[in-house]
Amino acid sequence: MISRQTIVLGVAALAALGGIAASAAAQTSSGPVAADATVFSSQSRFGEQDGASLYANVCAACHMPDGKGARGAGFYPSLEKSERLAASGYPAYVVLKGMNGMPAVGSMMSDEQVAEVVNYVRTNFGNTYTDPITAEEVKAIR
Amino acid sequence: MNDQPQFGMSKRDLLAMIGKSAGATAMLMAMAPLGQAHASTFTGPIKLDGGAKGKSVLILGAGVAGLVAALELERAGYAVKVLEYNPKVGGRAWTLKGGDSYTELGGAAQTCQFSAGNYINPGPWRIPTEHGGLIHYCQMLGVGLEPFQQNNYNAYLHSTQAFGGKPQRYKTIQADYYGHVSELLAKAVKSSALDDAVTAEDAEILLESLRSWGALDADMRYVRGRQSATRRGWDKGPGGGLTAEPIPSDPLDLATVLKSGLWRSIGGHLSNEHQHAIFQPVGGMGEIARGFERAVGHLVRVNSKVTAIRQGESGVTVSFEDTRSGEKLTAQADYCICTIPLSILSQIEMNVGPKMAAAIRAVPYSPSVKVGLEFKRRFWEQDEQIYGGITSTDLPIGTISYPSFGYGTPGPAALLGAYSGGAYAYELTSLPPEKRIEKVLEWGAQIHPQYKTEFVSGIAVAWHRVPWVQGCFGQWNDQSRATHYKNLCEIDGRIALAGEHASYIGGWQEGSVTSALDAIERLHKLVQAA
Repeated sequence: MISRQTIVLGVAALAALGGIAASAAAQTSSGPVAADATVFSSQSRFGEQDGASLYANVCAACHMPDGKGARGAGFYPSLEKSERLAASGYPAYVVLKGMNGMPAVGSMMSDEQVAEVVNYVRTNFGNTYTDPITAEEVKAIR
Repeated sequence: MNDQPQFGMSKRDLLAMIGKSAGATAMLMAMAPLGQAHASTFTGPIKLDGGAKGKSVLILGAGVAGLVAALELERAGYAVKVLEYNPKVGGRAWTLKGGDSYTELGGAAQTCQFSAGNYINPGPWRIPTEHGGLIHYCQMLGVGLEPFQQNNYNAYLHSTQAFGGKPQRYKTIQADYYGHVSELLAKAVKSSALDDAVTAEDAEILLESLRSWGALDADMRYVRGRQSATRRGWDKGPGGGLTAEPIPSDPLDLATVLKSGLWRSIGGHLSNEHQHAIFQPVGGMGEIARGFERAVGHLVRVNSKVTAIRQGESGVTVSFEDTRSGEKLTAQADYCICTIPLSILSQIEMNVGPKMAAAIRAVPYSPSVKVGLEFKRRFWEQDEQIYGGITSTDLPIGTISYPSFGYGTPGPAALLGAYSGGAYAYELTSLPPEKRIEKVLEWGAQIHPQYKTEFVSGIAVAWHRVPWVQGCFGQWNDQSRATHYKNLCEIDGRIALAGEHASYIGGWQEGSVTSALDAIERLHKLVQAA
């Protein structure tokens, strides 16, 4: 996931990269209670396990906490009542492979985590899709 | 040194060796003009001869790439116009100082509260010697440069997994690492373990070089003593008068140094782009924006959001929206240089061929968060004798960079309190700005406990929330380079792309400069040939 360019830009800055990954030493939290409990465990892997935490700490960076996306010179698509989420394979593919400028955040998640977050998005923000994706199906797409 | 005779080298051998190496050096110098051998592709001011043939160029984006293109094309005689989304020029050449406000995607607004003279550069912050193109424009535009302290031997290396989380001085880790490696290698040489790889003559030279490089004693050992202390620091340093006698310090043992992992940070300072001399603009990277504004600001229409780019037989038409009035407008020109980041451009309607279109969609944008913190005083200087430079840590903040100017001044000063990447960057971006600052203070206090009492204010920039770029910079990998890079850079009809994303120096302004120069040179040839 970490490209050579990242390393070139931030060699000194990200000197800990690939090396001394701070092993899941849970930080004392002063942030949002539920979603903040297990974050910041590693530079190269997301520590959050359930769909709600993964969404709140990864996806919300761009798609925003309310799932409505945002608009500037470009945009982050809204996930609210989204027909693009009708087939679970599509969001799973986007999480695993990225899309345009969106990085492949799923490369820092397990198959289970990808399934969790896809299922979370497909059953929240006004989405009511009832067919969850499994980790095995995610693995096949990866 | 008991084995010395074994490696004896005659004077004649030595002279022969010097002759050989001098010959090689002379040959190298003949092959590449001195000073250009390892720099960027910039070889000197661009010459666009032959006239503009009455042609016009519309440039999209007033970052460094767009501004370089505007400056040079206007000088060559083209009718130039630039459209910029922001209310100001400069793009990622950006500085936040007291009074500056910034609103990120999602609506969170911050106003920088720093005292006069303090700032952070949320984007690029360093200009290596290698980057001759950018240095050329700084000189041309009257942008002053000052030394950036990249490698400060008194700054810290820190790991939550080593030394009980106690930060170590860079110089002690480097000295102990070099010292032990030298001693080991010397032992291998002396026990003839390297006879297959090193001739007897070279072995003699190697031993001498190891003594010098590793600060070994007369017996080729890296141990407590004057030699090691002059590298790693003393328990009590030398001075004058009756109390002057210095007391050496105890080196860490090899296993401790290796297991600490802190040696990983040594390599980062060795790459071409981090070697001294390395610079920063006096007053912040935004001074580059101001320099370009003085030169070509009159060509730029700000507050202009590009919505469509269409080329045809007779020229290029760009639709855009005035972000203040909402008015929908168009601009036309014979050619277009588009420097809009690919993260944004991939969302804009544009009629280019399938190859360029695929290339535009192939580059994800890197996550990155920077946080600037202002403190009541320069405790890193006053308490810890750290004057500029960088502390590296495995905490999510990654980096603490102390200001490379204003040393010793009383009153508040600002440092870079976090430069986070990877998973940490997404997690930090997901928090509201004030929570990011809170976390960064918590982590930084593990290295500098003074954070708790000296903090004044902070400002946090999460690049995926920056409305005009949606990420920090384009992330190529070997596969995407091989498939798409040339297609991205080839001129498509009347449209050429430029920017750090169209370079092999991603994330650095030199990539923007050299890609812009390369694009306009090819465009100019096209005009000359038409």
